[in-house]
Amino acid sequence: MDAAMPTLEVKGLRTHFFTKAGVVKAVDDVSFRVGRGEVLGLVGESGSGKSVTGFSVLGLVDPPGRIVEGSIRFAGRELVGIAERQWRDIRGAKIAMIFQDPMMTLNPVLRIDTQMVEAIRAHEPRIERAEAHRRCIAALGQVGIPSPEERLRAYPHQFSGGMRQRVAIAIALLNKPDLIIADEPTTALDVTIQAQILYEAQKLTRETGTALIWITHDLTVVAGLADRICVMYAGRIVEEGSVDEVLDNPLHPYTRGLIGSVPGRNKRGSPLYQIPGMTPSLIRLPRGCAFRERCREAVEACGEPQPIVHPAPGRAVRCCRCSRPGAVQ
Amino acid sequence: MLVFLIRRLSQSLVVLLVMSFLVFVGVFAIGDPVELLVSPDADQFERARVIRDLGLDRPLWEQYGVFLLQSLKGDLGNSFVFNQPALQLILERMPATLELAFAAVIIAIVIGIPLGMVAGLRPHAWYSRMIMSVSILGFSLPTFWVGLMMIMLFAVMLGWLPASGRGETVDLLGVPVSFLSEDGLRHLLLPAINLALFKVSLVIRLTRAGMRENMLMDYVKFAYAKGLSHGRVIFVHVLKNILVPIVTVVGLELGNVIAFAVVTESIFAWPGMGKLLIDSIYRLDRPIVVAYLMITVLMFILINLIVDILYSVLDPRVRIADVKS
Repeated sequence: MDAAMPTLEVKGLRTHFFTKAGVVKAVDDVSFRVGRGEVLGLVGESGSGKSVTGFSVLGLVDPPGRIVEGSIRFAGRELVGIAERQWRDIRGAKIAMIFQDPMMTLNPVLRIDTQMVEAIRAHEPRIERAEAHRRCIAALGQVGIPSPEERLRAYPHQFSGGMRQRVAIAIALLNKPDLIIADEPTTALDVTIQAQILYEAQKLTRETGTALIWITHDLTVVAGLADRICVMYAGRIVEEGSVDEVLDNPLHPYTRGLIGSVPGRNKRGSPLYQIPGMTPSLIRLPRGCAFRERCREAVEACGEPQPIVHPAPGRAVRCCRCSRPGAVQ
Repeated sequence: MLVFLIRRLSQSLVVLLVMSFLVFVGVFAIGDPVELLVSPDADQFERARVIRDLGLDRPLWEQYGVFLLQSLKGDLGNSFVFNQPALQLILERMPATLELAFAAVIIAIVIGIPLGMVAGLRPHAWYSRMIMSVSILGFSLPTFWVGLMMIMLFAVMLGWLPASGRGETVDLLGVPVSFLSEDGLRHLLLPAINLALFKVSLVIRLTRAGMRENMLMDYVKFAYAKGLSHGRVIFVHVLKNILVPIVTVVGLELGNVIAFAVVTESIFAWPGMGKLLIDSIYRLDRPIVVAYLMITVLMFILINLIVDILYSVLDPRVRIADVKS
């Protein structure tokens, strides 16, 4: 792979759901790129479209949803519009995914070895059973599961939640993918397990050069893990930048709200900040900024479609107030 | 496993005992078989002799006691009408009923599961709607009416299939069966379909519901994310999950079909246990009715046991030790 070419480049992606109530614009003009070995944090609250973005990249959007516009280029190759058969060769082999709830992602009635070997066989039908087993054991060992040979013969219900998530990660690693999409993989786990999983993820990207898209609503998780952050709101990316810049100097009022609502040591005793109001319905999005109704700094110009502005190199924000000179301190 | 079996079988004994008492008293209360057994022109002396021979002059509790003692020896009494052991009469007719019941259940599975899967995968397609509409008919049309219509259409008007009897039988391990000869198979077809109609509808609905529920689960999406084909996801991942409720219901239905194939057996003059039961109830042939119901209870207990064991094979989360009575 060309070093300069990003592993994944998404441009102007729109994924809409055509329901009886109307068109739900779950993802509306989203663009981002992830380079080799890079960790991109996709942050937003529930319903902001971050999971649908992840599923779009794998071609796994359930009907009535579909990608209506945009381009998803993986290692230079366009994925939007390719046949199901070609998707199948990419899923699990080039791009793997980890889901939110480890209790639900493994099939309860199939043994771990069955579920792992089939992931290899799907892409290498002629591989020998012993060789496939050896790779499964190696993958389980890589994510820190003790005595992997024995655990291979177990059923999912014989594992704890954290162990199951490790198995899911091991399955994602089996075919050495170039990109892993992790959809809130630590949300359902307790904090100590979460820390272990994050450590494994970090180690993985450093050792193998696998790119990682980490979808989460938890800013504290991406703070220690991601290289870059995209903040999503109502189907759009409202702010993008390196993790330090965005967290230290948030430009979009929504990002500031998110950071302000994280409990911290220096805020003890004072009431925690809440963003007023609720996320808007994705069926009837306003013409202008979707955050306008909840924004304390809204002005007349917010009623117009918001352009993406680049107040500094490597930073982007979708807010007209940030285009003023001197908006970035 | 052993503890489970012992506990289960001892519970079954209690059920059998209670059952036998209820049936015995129930049939005793229905009426006096002597009226039907003795010819109307018999004299007083003749009547008294028959009553004494059958043991009907003794009080109920004594009759029941004798029955219990005898049944421990495996003797469930002699039929009043045929003057043969009741158990033997029933067991002679059992293969016919078992054959009919298994044929019906196999039809239900072979037709019901694929149709249910199709209807569950494409719930809005016209063919899925048609499958569901037809399955409502299967549920709601009375068996006897469908049976008569089938006889009218296929046996009387078209003349394709015979309307009654078992046809030519072939001995399989000493048991006469119909399905091995062509003539027997032709005789089996109509009654088996008639009996299967309700079960097919049931299996279709169960399979469809399971399919729709499971296709939305995360494990299905995860399986697709691994790059698996539709076939692998549906036939390995989903099918194995929906099999658990289907096995339960089909198992219980099998018991129902064996015990109460009465209507179908009567319409198609199938020489099975159901027909014997109906005849015996008409003639107040108490030993046969009691023996029949005892066998039925025993059969249900066995089927439930097998279903529970199958459970643990299909679903690793259920282990035999966890299955409570």
